[in-house]
Amino acid sequence: MSVGLEHYLILSAVLFCIGLYGVLSKRNAVVILMCVEIMLNAVNITLVAFSRYVVPTLLTGQIFAIFVMAVAAAEAAVGIAIIIAIYRSRGTVDAEKFDLMKW
Amino acid sequence: MIISELQLIMPELSLLGFALLVILLDLFIKQKKVLAGVSIAGLIVSAGFTLLMWGAPTVDIFYGMVAVDRFALFFKLLLLVAAGLVILASQDYVSKFERFQGEYYALVLLSTFGMMLMAAATDLISIYVALELSSISLYVLASFLKDQKSTEAGLKYLLVGAVASAVLLYGMALVFGLTGHTCLICIADVIQGLPIAGLLESPALLLGIILLIAGFGFKIACVPFQMWVPDVYEGAPTPITAYLSVASKAAGFAVVLRVFFVTFGAPVWLSLDWGMLFAVLSAITMTVGNVVAIVQTNIKRLFGYSSIAQAGYLMVGLATVGMAAGTDALGQSGLLFFLASYAVTNLGAFIAIIAISNRIDSDMIDDYAGMGKRAPLLALALTLCLVSLTGLPPTAGLIAKIYIFSGAIHHGLLWLVIIGVINSCISAYYYFRVVKVMWLEAPASEGKVPSSWALRTALFLCCLFVLLLGVVPGCFIGIAEAAARIFGS
Repeated sequence: MSVGLEHYLILSAVLFCIGLYGVLSKRNAVVILMCVEIMLNAVNITLVAFSRYVVPTLLTGQIFAIFVMAVAAAEAAVGIAIIIAIYRSRGTVDAEKFDLMKW
Repeated sequence: MIISELQLIMPELSLLGFALLVILLDLFIKQKKVLAGVSIAGLIVSAGFTLLMWGAPTVDIFYGMVAVDRFALFFKLLLLVAAGLVILASQDYVSKFERFQGEYYALVLLSTFGMMLMAAATDLISIYVALELSSISLYVLASFLKDQKSTEAGLKYLLVGAVASAVLLYGMALVFGLTGHTCLICIADVIQGLPIAGLLESPALLLGIILLIAGFGFKIACVPFQMWVPDVYEGAPTPITAYLSVASKAAGFAVVLRVFFVTFGAPVWLSLDWGMLFAVLSAITMTVGNVVAIVQTNIKRLFGYSSIAQAGYLMVGLATVGMAAGTDALGQSGLLFFLASYAVTNLGAFIAIIAISNRIDSDMIDDYAGMGKRAPLLALALTLCLVSLTGLPPTAGLIAKIYIFSGAIHHGLLWLVIIGVINSCISAYYYFRVVKVMWLEAPASEGKVPSSWALRTALFLCCLFVLLLGVVPGCFIGIAEAAARIFGS
């Protein structure tokens, strides 16, 4: 069996859904952040696969993926910083305890 | 890339330069008020460059990554004005910080820089990078106070925002995969060639468009992607709340308008499909915003829901753009004018709130009792802005609503306009509750509410524009139409 575009797309769709499930179901803020990274990496797979099979002569998808990685790193850095700040003031990173404000 | 193209993004470059300058000066200068002055100077220089380019012909630069056209310039000016007013209004608030005042101003400038690029971006990659630049700065600003509420707001904003941008990216990846391009005009060419079959015949494109709407919907805070709004608005520093509610939303609408009109606007069947989708979302958004706002007791939260409702009215313009399918630019110019009027009105309201809440140290609506006696001018300004948000004469809000609704009626969205008018009546209830508390109830104490000259200047400018746009709208409508005209109609 040869590996084709659809295999990559299915892999990335599955990864994306795993990430989304994690974001919706996990309680630890750090784990939620990790799940977001899984979603972004799923997107990277899609981008590179499309680039390889749809426009093999160009590198558009790969370039896009590099931008996504760089931005994801910045986002993770800010995310961790905010989680540290909230841990210092609350002593917990449990997302369900962050309920000072609702309705 | 030709070096001479750099001069076409001078507004952005100068702003970036001033942001870096603020960070540098922060190291040496003890008197932090200077930094606010430098930031304002940066915004003025940038606005000067933007104004100089107004007459220039439309060009695409950096291999079609960024467009320099009147539409982008209009938004750049709007964003610069909003950022300037926010910085003026931040002074009292920020001077209470012991540390990181320079970073505060620099981050506001950087996120403005990102939003200006958002308004001009014409490629999926540049749209994504610009969007993240503005968002990441705003995540930091939202949690800037580092107290419990503020960090909670920042974390909620970051997590929801990161998921939204992942969803948006997945949509972009699908659109890219289906068409093989990332530049909006190239994608439009490919989609133009698709057989006329309706969206259901090409599920990948349908999924891509839905994911794009979900990602952008977070930025403009439309239902069902609005759940972060009230929490973040309540917890973030008040000037940042004002900035989020105006600038971030304006930049979001700029991107949506450009992506959907340029990319998916050309085939009529596609344009009608997403036009109707936005019409339905708009109806739900304004209803949810207005109904939930009724029960709020915290004024920042009230304005959170009110801004969701206003996003609903703005989306009437988007729906009109879709339904018009390129025949005229009523939707676009209506949307631009509404955004301008919403920007000055909401900023005005927030500046008054900053002045009052900073003094009485409370965001509860009940604590605003008797403000008409304690701070008559502030209360008057807030009342004017609330009247404008409701959409009553003689203010900008009325003209903006008439303009955007008349475009919708023209393109067969009468049902949506009826829902919009009913919603305006609902909104009058909670806006005027604030007015009633301020003027008719007895004050808890007699103390006056002092405010700095910077804040008063900003508030005066906002009120002036609310009245100008309401009394002599012709000139501003002309500018909005000129900016909308680039969409070839």
